[in-house]
Amino acid sequence: MKRFGGFIIKEFLHIFRDKRTLLILFGMPVAQMMLFGYVITNEIREVRFAVLDHSHDQNTRDIVDRITASSYFRLETVLSSDEEIAGCLREGKVKMVLVFDRDFASNMEREGKASVHVITDASEANTASIIYSYAAGIIQDYSRKSAAPASPSSQLTISPRMMYNENLEGVYMFVPGTMAMILMLISALLTSISIVREKEQGTMEVLLVSPLKPVQIILGKVTPYVVLSLINAVSIIALGYFVFGLPVAGSLLLLIAECMLFIMTALSLGILISTATSSQQTAMMISMLALLLPTILLSGFIYPIENMPQFLQWLSVIMPPKYFIIIVKNVMLKGTGLEYVWKETLILAGMTLFFLGLSARKFKVRIDVKTGRKGPFKRKEP
Amino acid sequence: MKEEAVISVSHLYKRFGHFTANDDLCFEVGRGEIFGFLGANGAGKTTAMRILCGLSKPTSGDVKVAGFDVYTQTDHIKRNIGYMSQRFSLYEDLTVLENIRLYGGIYGLSRQKIREKSAQLLSRLEMEHMQNSLIKSLPLGWRQKLAFSVAIVHDPPIVFLDEPTGGVDPLTRRQFWNMIYEAAHRGITIFVTTHYMDEAEYCDRISIMVDGQIAAIGTPADLKASYGVSSINEVFIILARGRQAVTE
Amino acid sequence: MRIIAHLIRKEFLQIRRNRTFLPMIFLMPVVQMLILAYAATLEMKNINLCFSDQDLSPASRGIQAAFRGSPFFNVMGNTFDPAEAESCLKDGSADIVIVIPKGFEKDLEKERKAGVQLLVNAINGSKASIGSAYTQQIITGWYRTYQQAAGGSIHGARAPLIQAIPAFWFNPELNYQVFMVPGILVILVTMIGMMLSALNIVREKEMGTLEQINVTPIKKHQFIIGKLLPFWIIALFELGFGLVVGKLLFDIPMQGSLWLLFGVAGIYLLAVQGAGLLISNTARTQQQAMFVMFFFNIIFIMMSGLFTPVDSMPVWAQYFNYINPISYFMTVIRMILLKGSGFTDIQIPFFSLMALALIMMSLSIWRYRKTV
Repeated sequence: MKRFGGFIIKEFLHIFRDKRTLLILFGMPVAQMMLFGYVITNEIREVRFAVLDHSHDQNTRDIVDRITASSYFRLETVLSSDEEIAGCLREGKVKMVLVFDRDFASNMEREGKASVHVITDASEANTASIIYSYAAGIIQDYSRKSAAPASPSSQLTISPRMMYNENLEGVYMFVPGTMAMILMLISALLTSISIVREKEQGTMEVLLVSPLKPVQIILGKVTPYVVLSLINAVSIIALGYFVFGLPVAGSLLLLIAECMLFIMTALSLGILISTATSSQQTAMMISMLALLLPTILLSGFIYPIENMPQFLQWLSVIMPPKYFIIIVKNVMLKGTGLEYVWKETLILAGMTLFFLGLSARKFKVRIDVKTGRKGPFKRKEP
Repeated sequence: MKEEAVISVSHLYKRFGHFTANDDLCFEVGRGEIFGFLGANGAGKTTAMRILCGLSKPTSGDVKVAGFDVYTQTDHIKRNIGYMSQRFSLYEDLTVLENIRLYGGIYGLSRQKIREKSAQLLSRLEMEHMQNSLIKSLPLGWRQKLAFSVAIVHDPPIVFLDEPTGGVDPLTRRQFWNMIYEAAHRGITIFVTTHYMDEAEYCDRISIMVDGQIAAIGTPADLKASYGVSSINEVFIILARGRQAVTE
Repeated sequence: MRIIAHLIRKEFLQIRRNRTFLPMIFLMPVVQMLILAYAATLEMKNINLCFSDQDLSPASRGIQAAFRGSPFFNVMGNTFDPAEAESCLKDGSADIVIVIPKGFEKDLEKERKAGVQLLVNAINGSKASIGSAYTQQIITGWYRTYQQAAGGSIHGARAPLIQAIPAFWFNPELNYQVFMVPGILVILVTMIGMMLSALNIVREKEMGTLEQINVTPIKKHQFIIGKLLPFWIIALFELGFGLVVGKLLFDIPMQGSLWLLFGVAGIYLLAVQGAGLLISNTARTQQQAMFVMFFFNIIFIMMSGLFTPVDSMPVWAQYFNYINPISYFMTVIRMILLKGSGFTDIQIPFFSLMALALIMMSLSIWRYRKTV
C-alpha cells in the first residue's frame, strides 16, 4: 500500500510539473464558459441594413424609423439605385436591404395594401431567416397599429412561460456540454496519452516488472486524473453559479455522483484507447476524432439531436456524453431526481463496465508478451 | 601536437542559474587525434560538447573549434564538424540511402558527389543490399555505424561523438572503433564521450571530468602510470571517490 | 535552394510513409462534412408537444388539430392533469406543453377574451424562442379561422396591409449546409497547415533528429521553409479536395474566383503556420504542443463565426477578431464561394490577413532558435 501511495504521488508530480498543461486544463473551462456565455449567441443585435426607397412617403419613412429604433437593426446607408444592392451585400457591409417600390404610396392609398421587399444575405441561412422574421414582425406591427383604431373584437392571449431558463440565456445550454467536454478531455484524452507515453518511453515495462500489480499501475495512473476531473467539474458548477447565476436546482450530491460516474466512463474509454494504441500521436488522433468531435457535435451539446438526420441520431446513441448531458440538464437545471435519470445512469454504468471489460481483455494479451508473444506493449528498441 | 590544435578551450564556464555545469575547462585537441572525454553522468560532458558544436553558448571563456570562435562563428564551425548524438539521429522512417542523401544535401554536396559518397559508404559498411530498407528495420549496431558514416559524409575536419556505442554489443563496438581509427587515419579529429572505460584505452588522449571540472588529462598510459594502477577504470574510480571524499 | 529542396523531399517521403497520415487527409474532409454539416443544423423540426386540455371543448380540440398537420410538431400526448403534463417536460418527452384552461371556449364566446398557456423547456434558449414563436403562430392562425367561422367578426374597413416579401439572396433555399461547408474547410486547412506542421517539428525535437539538424550549417530560413512549405502545399491540396467533396456531397455554390480563394488561403496559411511555429518553439513535447494549439484553436474558431455570426457578438469579441486570422478567412471563404465577391469586396480582410501573416511569420522566425 505504501508503494502504491508513492506511485500515485509520482503521477501527481508529473502533472503538476507541467505548468502549461495544468494552466490550460483550468483555463479551458473558464474560457469556454465565457465564450458560450457571452459570445456564441444566435440572438441578433444591431444588424446593419440599407434602404432603397423609391417612394419617399410618410409610410416608408415611418417604417424605416421604426426598424431603426429597434435594438436589432442599425441603418448603415441609404441607397439610390437597384444596382447598388448587389454590391453592398457582396461586400458584406449590410446584411439586409429594404426596398420600397415606386408605387408603394399609391398602392397604399388606392388598395390599402403594399409590399416591402426584405432582401437578406442568406449566405448565413439561420441569421437570414431570423433577420427576416424580426423585420417582418416590426413591419406587421406597424401595419396593424396604423390600421383603423383597435377593433373591439375578441382577444386570444397566448402566454408562454419559459421554464428552467426564464431569460433564455445561452449558458444554460452550454454548461452541461462544457462539463462533458472538459471531463472527456481530461479523463479520456489525457489519461490515454499519459499511459501511451510510458509505453513509448519504455518506462511502462519497468513498472510492469515491479511488484506493483497491473491493476495498481492503472489505478495509480488514473487517480490523479480523477481528482483533476472532479476539481474541474466542481469549478465549472461554481463558475456557472457565481458568474452566470446558474442554479443547481436538484441535489448537488446526486449531480456530483453523476459526474463521478461519467468520469469513470471517460477513464475507461481512455484506458481502452491506451491499450489499443502504441504512439502518442495515434492516441491523440483517436481521442480527437473519436471522442472530442462527437462530444461536441453528436451529444446535443450545441445542436439538438432530434433535428439531425437519422444516421447521425443512431450514431449519437452510442455517445456517452449524450447521456451525461441529459442527466446534467435534468438534475442541475430541471431539478429532477434520480427517478428521471435512472435509465441514463444505467446506460453510462453499463458502458463503463463494457469498456473496462474490453480493456481487461486487451491487457491479458499484453501479459502474454512477457511469455514471448508479440503484443501491443512490445517495446521499441531505444 | 600542440602546434596544430583544432579545438582549443581555455577557462570555459557554463552556468545554469546557480549550477555550474562546466567549471574552468582548459584543454586542446590536435589534428587527427582521438580525444576521449570521460566522466560520470551529469559531470558536464554533454554540456561541454554542445558548446563545442555550437548548440549552446558558454557563459565565459575562449573556445575555438577548427579555428573559429563559438560565440560569433557558429555557422563556420557547423560547416566543419560532424556530430553524432546520444540519441538516435537518423530518420527512422527514411531508408538508408535517403538519409545519406538528405544529410549530404544539407551539407551542400553536389548530386554527383552524393552518389559517389553513398556508394563508397555503403560498400565500406557492406550494406549495399540494405540501401532501400527503412532505418527502423535495421539492428541497432548497424544504425550506429551508419549514423557515424553519415556524420562524416561531408569529410569534416572534426567529428563529435556523444556516447556512440551505448547499448551496442561488444563485437559491433569493436567494428565501430575500427571505423573511428580509419577516420582518424584520414586526418579527422575525433572527439568522443563514452561510459566504457575499455574504450578509453583506445583513445590517444583522454580527459576525465568530475563535477564540472577536468580532474585529469593525458594519455591513457601516462594516467595509469601516475596513479599507479593498471586500468583507466581504476583511475576513474580513484578520481570519482576522491572527489566524493573531499565533498563529504 | 538545393538544401531546401532536399528538406522538402525528405518531408514528403516521411509523409508518404506515415500510415495514418494519408487516410487522414482523405477521410477527414468527408467525415467532418458528413457529421458537421448534417449535425450542425438549427432548423427547427420535430418539436415535441404535449397538451394539457382541461376544457375538452370543440375549440380546444380545434387547436390540437391545427398542430397535427404541421411538419414542425410532433404531438406526443394529451392529458387532463396539468401535473402530468409538466412531468413530460421534466423527463424530456415534450419540449412544449400547451395548457388550455377549463372554460376556454366559454370565455372566448362570452367574454371575448381567453388565454392559453405555453410551458416551454427553455434550457436551449434559441430552440425555445423559435419553438414558442411557431406555436403562437399556429394558435393565432387557428384563432383567425375560428373567428371567421364564428361569424366573420372582422370589423371595420379593411385595414391597410403592408406585406414584407422576403428575398433570400445567395442562398434562396436557406440551406444551412451551404453556410457550414466553407466553415469546415477553414477548420480542415487550419488543422493540416498549422497543427500538423507544428506537431511535426516538436516530434523531431522529441526524437532527437532536430538536434542533428541543428549542428549542420543549415540556415534558419532554410529549415523553416523546409518544414512549412510541404504542409502549406498539402493544406492547399486539402482545400481543393474539400471543395470537390463539398461540391459532390452538398452541391455548394462556387460563385467567385477559385484563384482568389486559393490566394487568400495561401496567405492565411502563412499566418497560422507562423503561430504554429511559435508554439512548437516553446513546447517540449507533442502533448504540450497539442494542448496549447487545441486550446487556442477552440477559442479562435468559436470566435471566428463558424456557427454564429460575428455581428451578434459583443463588441469586445468583435475587436478580438481583428487579430483572429481564422475569422478573416472564415468571412472571405464564404464571401467568395457563396456571394461571388471579388477582390475589391474582400480588400480589407485580405490586407489584414497579409499583415497578420507578416507579423506572425517574422515573430516566429525571430523567436526561432537553433541553439537550445
